[in-house]
This record gives sequence, C-alpha cells and structure tokens, in this order.
Amino acid sequence: MNWLSGQDWQAVALSLKVAGWATALSLPPGIFVAYALARWRFAGRSIVNGLVHLPLILPPVVTGYLLLIGFAPNGPIGGALAKIGLTLAFTWKGAALAAGVMAFPLMVRAIRLAIEAVDPKLEEAAATLGASRAWVFATVTLPLIAPGVLAGAITAYAKAMGEFGATITFVSNIPGQTQTLPLAIYSQLQVPGGEADAARLVVISVTLALGALLVSEWLARRIAARIAGRG
Amino acid sequence: MLEISLRHRLSGFTLDLALSAPSGVTALFGPSGAGKTTVVNAVAGLLRPEQGRIAVGGEVLLDTGANICLPPHKRRIGYVFQDARLFPHLSVRANLLYGRRFAPVSRDGAEFDRVVAMLGLEALLERRPAALSGGEKSRVALGRALLCAPRMLLMDEPLAALDAARKEEILPYFERLRDEVQLPILYVSHAPAEVARLATSVALIEAGHLRGFGPAREVLSDPGLAPSLGMREAGAVISGQVAGQEADGLARIETAGGPVLLPYPTGQPGQALRLRIHAGDVTLARGRPEGLSALNILPARITQIRPAEAPSVYVQLALGPERLLARLTTRSVAALGLTEGMECHAIIKAMSVASEDVLGR
Repeated sequence: MNWLSGQDWQAVALSLKVAGWATALSLPPGIFVAYALARWRFAGRSIVNGLVHLPLILPPVVTGYLLLIGFAPNGPIGGALAKIGLTLAFTWKGAALAAGVMAFPLMVRAIRLAIEAVDPKLEEAAATLGASRAWVFATVTLPLIAPGVLAGAITAYAKAMGEFGATITFVSNIPGQTQTLPLAIYSQLQVPGGEADAARLVVISVTLALGALLVSEWLARRIAARIAGRG
Repeated sequence: MLEISLRHRLSGFTLDLALSAPSGVTALFGPSGAGKTTVVNAVAGLLRPEQGRIAVGGEVLLDTGANICLPPHKRRIGYVFQDARLFPHLSVRANLLYGRRFAPVSRDGAEFDRVVAMLGLEALLERRPAALSGGEKSRVALGRALLCAPRMLLMDEPLAALDAARKEEILPYFERLRDEVQLPILYVSHAPAEVARLATSVALIEAGHLRGFGPAREVLSDPGLAPSLGMREAGAVISGQVAGQEADGLARIETAGGPVLLPYPTGQPGQALRLRIHAGDVTLARGRPEGLSALNILPARITQIRPAEAPSVYVQLALGPERLLARLTTRSVAALGLTEGMECHAIIKAMSVASEDVLGR
C-alpha cells in the first residue's frame, strides 16, 4: 500500500503495540482490583475505588503530568525503574503505561459488574466440595466472568488506542517512538495540506475500532452461550 | 457421630443449642426461620458462630474456645443445597467430578460409576445444568456431594423447591442413600412427611432452641411435641410386615399392635414397612365398637394425654411396643373419661391411610 506514508504505518503499528501491552499488563491487576472491590469489605475500600476511577474524572493532561512527575528518570518511581534499566518517559513503554492507566477504570468497571453478577453461593458450593479460594476463583468465578473480562479488555484496548492527552503530556509526540495513531492524526492536522493524510488515518482508526467491537461481540456471545450450556 | 454446640445471635433471637447426632439421618425439623440453616452452615464452615464447638467423628472442625475454625474446603462435608447450586458452565459429569481431585480416597472410576448408577444419572452426564429438570438437578447435586468423599452430608431442604411428583421421584434415591451409604446425614426440613419417611433421629428446633431430640419414632409420637409438627401433619409411625392380600383385595399388614388392613397392594408378603398414621385419623373407643365401618380396630393403652391448642388434645397410645398418636377434642376426652393408663381401642379407617403414608422400612 502506498497511500500511507511509512511514518503513518509506524503510528498504526505503534498504536497496536502500545494498546496491546497496555491491555495485557493491566488485565491481571484489573481482575484483582475488581474482585477486591466486588467481594471484599476492607478499610479504605472507597479510597481504592476513588483512586481507580481518578483517571476517568481527571483531565487527561493532569494524569499525564502526574505520570511525568512520578515516572521521570529523576522522579520517585522513575528513578527506581531507571536503576533496573527501564525508562518510561518519552518511550513507547511510557505510552503503554499512560494508555493502561487511562483505560484501567473502564476495565475494572466492566469486570466488577461481571463479578457482582456471579452468585457467591456457587463459590460457597465449590468450597464445600474441597476447593481452596484460589481454585474456586480459577474454576468457577473466572469462567463465569469471562464475558465481562473480555468486554473489559476490549473497552480498555479501544480506550488505549484512542488515548491522547495523558500520552502526549507524559511521553510527548515523537514519530516512531511515541507517536500513536491519535497523535499522528493530530500532527497531520497541524501541517498545512496534511488533511488527506489525517483522513486516511481516521479511516484506519474507525475500521480498527469497529472491527474490535464486532469481534468482541461475537466472542462474548460465544462465551455466554458456552456458559449457559448451549454451545 | 456429629457433635454440635452453638451460640449465635440471629435477628430476633439467639440460636443456642447442643446435640449429638448419631449415624443415620438426623432431621433438623422446625418452622422456617427457626435457625436450621444456620446450624448446617456452621457445620459446613460457611458461617462462623460467635461461640461453639463442632466435631465429626472425633475430629474438631470448630472450637471457638480453642480458636479452631477449619475453612469449608478443609472440612470434607458434603452439602446438598436447596437450590442445587450446580456450576452452570460445566457438564453434569464435570460437576460430579468437581470435588474428586480434593478427595483423599477413591479416585478410581468405580466409585463414580456406583454413584451414577445409584442416582440414575447415566443419561445426563453430558448435559449442562440448564437442560436439567428440578429433580434431576437435585440428584446431580447429591451425587456431586457424595463424590467428594465426605465425612458426612448436609442436606438443606433439598426437596423444598420441587413439586409433589418430583419429590416422589427423588425420595427413593434418598432412602437408598440412607440405607447404602454409611454416612451421618443432617437433613433440614419443615415437611413432617419427609421427616417421617427419611429420618432416624429428629431434632425439633424452634426459635433457635432445641425443643425435642431423639429417635424419630419417639419424637413423632410425642404428644407434647405434636403441636409443633402442625395440626394437619402430626402423626406417629408404626412398623409392620406385609402378611398378604385378602380375597377382596385388601392388604394385610401385621404390626405389634395387631393386623392393619389397607385398601391397596403394599408389597410382597414378608416385606417390612412403616405406616404413618395421622393423629387426626385415629378415633378412640372405650369398648370394642360394634356395627362400625372402620376396619382397623386395635386394642391400645393410653400412655399420655397432652392438651394442645384448645379445644384439641393429643393422646399417645401404646400398641404393644409401638406408639400411636391421636388428636381428639377436650370434650371427647371428658365425655369418655379418658385417663392415662386406661385400656381402649384405636380405630383407623383403612381408607384414611394414603399410599404416600406407607413408607419403606
């Protein structure tokens, strides 16, 4: 295909990579936090809940700025990470972190709803049959919340693909490094005569988003049917 | 042997009871909300009582004094829930096998085949719970609990959600379970018919307290406890043996109190069975009545007279070693001058003993 420049393709590939890592890495903590919020009564539960939802209600620029303060090489967390050779600021890994943080509340909400829909009585029944809590989770809870986990992951992926404000604040807009699809569209729009390029990127963006949505709906239907015993 | 002593505040009252259940089926009987489910949940470990001690076969599962409380998955107690609670995402086979990996013994297929055959589950193994009827779900839930090699079984109104026909379908399986599997069973129920049919011991629970506890036939024929069983439901159980069928089609049952005739076939001669006689179906006469249509007239001795809600009275009768319960009015008792120790006759219409009151041995 020659109707997209190499730089545009780079942005598409980078976006897929960033969103993929953001989703994959936030999934385990996302399930854990969702489970804790849905099932456990602990001190500071509402504080955890608030922290999880913070990226949803803060201006993305603020989230990006906070990430920058925390994860810059001379920041408190960034300094520690730099010692083990992990630099986040102004790298694609930082873009993945920003996307993951922004997508986290959406993921947790979807998974938490799914967990709350699982009857705890089933988990009790599994315990009386001899299953430990971890085994109950793996063999009863997790299979039953699979559609919710999938929905959460897809929503998070879509959010990560579209993340703009926190990303540009935290890792800037470096072509080939941190310039994801939305940042590339934004950059094209800043250049005189870049509208055509921007439009092509928009078409790709819409196609990817719609494709993900259709695939997720198909998967969710299949999983739900399997759980209900019709598959 | 199951030893339970519990103290736990519930909304409205405090559960406070202690009992030692022997092997066989111990029915926890009482009205809804009496605390029966709390007891079984405490035994299963799903509820931690404020104070208590629970031991099965000498092994302590809970002792709040010694700060021992085994989690449910370490107790090895099979629990059959009222709502079955089958795992919807697993086939019947996978549901049945769920507890097997944790069972310390019998991981071979023989035990599985035996339980499947006993409960008649062969044709259901590949189905999902959503495709099962209520009765089938109960059977699978029972099989699943059995296959985790439990020390004992808890059954919390496993039939309550089923209609009469489904109950009749399941009860024979429960009877087989009681007779074939040597496990103590704690069976929660508020249906006297089920209790009469299944229980070897009965614990009568009201508002968190034990009102009566003992062998089933003693509790069911106790005139002091009869009001708690319910006006329509109170009735004793007597044992007998099928003697044969008479020329006119009546079945003859020999009991320790004399022969009892029933209007339908009850089994092969020699077969042991039990008859549940509703207290309201028993009439008393001081002399042997003449010119009466009722077929069963058994000599009896009055052992106890207990007033119940006016104007009714429960009278316990001894028919040899058997006990029968009759519900009369205070006026009849006064008119006949009935007193404890008096000889009389118990009259039972053959037609009044319904076929569901003929119980297995």
